[in-house]
Amino acid sequence: MPETSPDPATGARQRWMAVLARASESQLRGCLAGLPPLPEFVVLRGPEAGLVMLRGRAGGAGQRFNIGEMTVTRCAVRTAGGQVGHAYVAGRDAAQAELAARLDAALQDQATHDVLQQAVITPLAAAQAAAREETRRKAAATRVQFFTMATMRSA
Amino acid sequence: MSIDLPGLADPVAGAQTCFRAVLAAMATPGSVHPAGEGLSPPAPLGRAMAAVLLSLVDGDTTLALEGDCAAARDWLVFHCGAPVTDASADAAFVVAHTLPDLATLRTGSDEAPEDAATLLLEVTAFGAGQTLLLSGPGLKAPAEFQVAGLPADFAAAWARNHALFPRGVDIILCAGARLAALPRSLRIVEGAA
Repeated sequence: MPETSPDPATGARQRWMAVLARASESQLRGCLAGLPPLPEFVVLRGPEAGLVMLRGRAGGAGQRFNIGEMTVTRCAVRTAGGQVGHAYVAGRDAAQAELAARLDAALQDQATHDVLQQAVITPLAAAQAAAREETRRKAAATRVQFFTMATMRSA
Repeated sequence: MSIDLPGLADPVAGAQTCFRAVLAAMATPGSVHPAGEGLSPPAPLGRAMAAVLLSLVDGDTTLALEGDCAAARDWLVFHCGAPVTDASADAAFVVAHTLPDLATLRTGSDEAPEDAATLLLEVTAFGAGQTLLLSGPGLKAPAEFQVAGLPADFAAAWARNHALFPRGVDIILCAGARLAALPRSLRIVEGAA
């Protein structure tokens, strides 16, 4: 997981935006079923698809280099309550970006925050963590340990 | 942050329509064209002014906001992504409600006259106020242009700007949802034909 801001309010928002960005539209709709409808909104920008340059470091610590571009869809909305919600999601799913932006706006509203946090963010975060753990477990099972003369000597 | 107003409803078609209006206005100086219909920009930007900014300004063009136009800064940064500078002398686009000294803006160089600034000036109205006589490229015969909201000594200030040609500042005049353009190649004298 990427690092979040030390500011608690910003850090919390970064965490729920990260969860929303990784969830598909059908997952989000599934979590919202049975909840009161999200507040009315106007679209400020998008949803629009574009390219973002991904940068990496060799071995996680080397010089930065450009890996390549990925498709990203972004959206910004304002709710009737005045909250402005943003979303940047991977891929070209405009409906997913718009729904994520609406949820980001609703999550900033104290009146709806707790309900949405419990019904949407917490279960999705758990599911995403479980999926990551599953991948990690499968990868770890195929791990091969290499020994070289140097490491054997120093051991 | 005051970004809570939308930009162009259809960014591609809206920007193309406005670009076309600016192109036509520059090609025939003094002609008035509609722009920015249906747009709801933050005060103190007019609709035509906002449409021109959304169409022409982006991350590669520096922008200076004179006077009270700074109130629209957040909205412009959000929708245009333009770097806003405090120094009008460095800006590619200058937004103002009162005519600044044209000599203080970027006028380009003889090698790169395209580096000159474009001034977006909000005026009171077209078709009223002082009468200017325009002549130059794009006009078969000298044309009268009536505009309210320019200073009385505008023709003299413009003559100094025109004398720099091919360097010099281009002006896009905006009044509400209408715009007209004064390219630097234009000669302007006061009074009717």
